[in-house]
Amino acid sequence: MTSSNGTEPGSLPTKITVKDLRFFYGDSLALKTINLSIYANKVTALIGPSGCGKSTLLRVMNRMYDLYPRQRAEGEVLLDGENILTPGQDLNLLRARVGMVFQKPTPFPMSIYDNIAFGIKLYHKVSKSELDGRVETALRGAALWGEVKEKLQDSGLSLSGGQQQRLCIARTVAIQPEVILFDEPCSALDPISTAKVEELIDELTEKYTIAIVTHSMQQAARVSSYTAFMYLGELIEFGKTQTMFTAPENRQTQDYITGRFG
Amino acid sequence: MSLYDARRRKNAFYVTLCYAASAFGLAWLIWILGALIMKGAPGLVPATFTEMTPAPGNTGGLLNAIVGSLIMTIVAVLVGTPIGMLAGTYLAEYGNRSKLAFVIRFINDILLSAPSIVIGLFVYQIVVAPMGHFSAIAGMVALAIIVIPVVVRTTEDMLRLVPSQLREASAALGLPKSMVIQKIAYKAARAGLTTGVLLAIARVSGETAPLLFTALNNQFYATDLNAPMSSLPVVIFQFALSPYADWQQLAWTGALIITMTVLALSIIARVLGSQRKKS
Ligand SMILES: Nc1ncnc2c1ncn2[C@@H]1O[C@H](COP(=O)(O)OP(=O)(O)OP(=O)(O)O)[C@@H](O)[C@H]1O
Ligand SMILES: [Mg+2]
Repeated sequence: MTSSNGTEPGSLPTKITVKDLRFFYGDSLALKTINLSIYANKVTALIGPSGCGKSTLLRVMNRMYDLYPRQRAEGEVLLDGENILTPGQDLNLLRARVGMVFQKPTPFPMSIYDNIAFGIKLYHKVSKSELDGRVETALRGAALWGEVKEKLQDSGLSLSGGQQQRLCIARTVAIQPEVILFDEPCSALDPISTAKVEELIDELTEKYTIAIVTHSMQQAARVSSYTAFMYLGELIEFGKTQTMFTAPENRQTQDYITGRFG
Repeated sequence: MSLYDARRRKNAFYVTLCYAASAFGLAWLIWILGALIMKGAPGLVPATFTEMTPAPGNTGGLLNAIVGSLIMTIVAVLVGTPIGMLAGTYLAEYGNRSKLAFVIRFINDILLSAPSIVIGLFVYQIVVAPMGHFSAIAGMVALAIIVIPVVVRTTEDMLRLVPSQLREASAALGLPKSMVIQKIAYKAARAGLTTGVLLAIARVSGETAPLLFTALNNQFYATDLNAPMSSLPVVIFQFALSPYADWQQLAWTGALIITMTVLALSIIARVLGSQRKKS
């Protein structure tokens, strides 16, 4: 892997450090020895052609892959210095710390209010009025409050796709994780919803560390401070977004960014 | 253009066939319903719901049979549903492709298609024979055994229909698996699960054979679960084969009552099912 000029590794606090990570789907190797740092309170974009392992890498960071018996990871993923790949990990606690927003909006089959309140009630004993307050804060945070405040008891499924995605973001933010992983959160959204979500991601960096997978170079350029380019299960280049988009060191990175392949 | 015409003719031909096939199927149903209503409706008088099944040549009603059917069906469903739901949940959420799950699924499928008379004989052997007499309890056990595989199957199928993205999204919030099942999967599959239970009710409410070997019949109003208990299907069976006009009339009326109840349940199941698609 090459590091673009302008990266100052070590000078920024890292939230997640990936060390020699290899990932297997059954017998097939999907990630080949990945080393990567995700800096605290920054947005890191993961880009690369389809099938290169972006989602796989993201799903290691909250051990989502653990839901499936035939998937396994080797190496280390340090969250605040602690290896989350060790067997004894409390996965539910880990996932509460490392939230995830998926490509397809996945509202729960319950009211808009409950979609948010559900997660909060799971971790905190709060009074009804405090719960109301936190639901409102979360919805405001996701720029959704204005659109739904009149119909909080309607089903979450009754919202539009873009609204549903913001509901899912609100739901994730409501339980106050430390890291939020986004896997192509805007791929099903129209430009206006996309802009709203991007704005939101930008605001979220104040409190959270963010990793986002995206197929849109423009989006990566707009929202991220750091970018990782992956190709065929390998991390090809990692560095400051600005540097990478203007002067990438690696030939493949350049070709991908300029749209010559992928 | 001629190619298009040929296609259109072909289309018209097959559409006509489809209509004809549907009409053929529906005709029998309408015929059955019509016959039931014609012959059964005259018996829908208050006495049918307030008097006991009569001795030959006397007038009477179906009260004991209706109450017996209700008691046995309700208890069987109350007992069979939780067992079936838990087993179905195990198969869909925990067992998956394990050997045990495979065996359970296989046995459940056999149970699902086993002739109900076999279940009647089985319960006769393990409940009626040791107790020394027919009883409502035995009838309930037999009906519950019929309910269980239906509920197991629908529960597993409906839980499998819950999209994996929804499960992942729930897990991503840090929900333990048990909570994901209870709070998310059951909710998402609610309409389908209800439909399964309604189908099970519809299935057992018409069962005759297993009751002949277990609860038998009772001419009198009885709520003692340790004694034989009357039920609509058994009364219909007995009365319909008798030479007495009064009994035959009651058999028709009983058949109408069961059919209408099952029809109502099916319609409710359909309505619930279509709500699921909308949400
Ligand atoms: N469930 C799975 N079982 C087996 N192989 C898988 C599975 N999911 C992904 N893979 C393989 O792992 C590799 C990486 O997949 P991944 O989903 O991480 O790609 P991606 O970079 O997210 O692609 P996309 O941009 O299309 O989402 C691919 O070669 C894919 O075929
Ligand atoms: Mg992906």
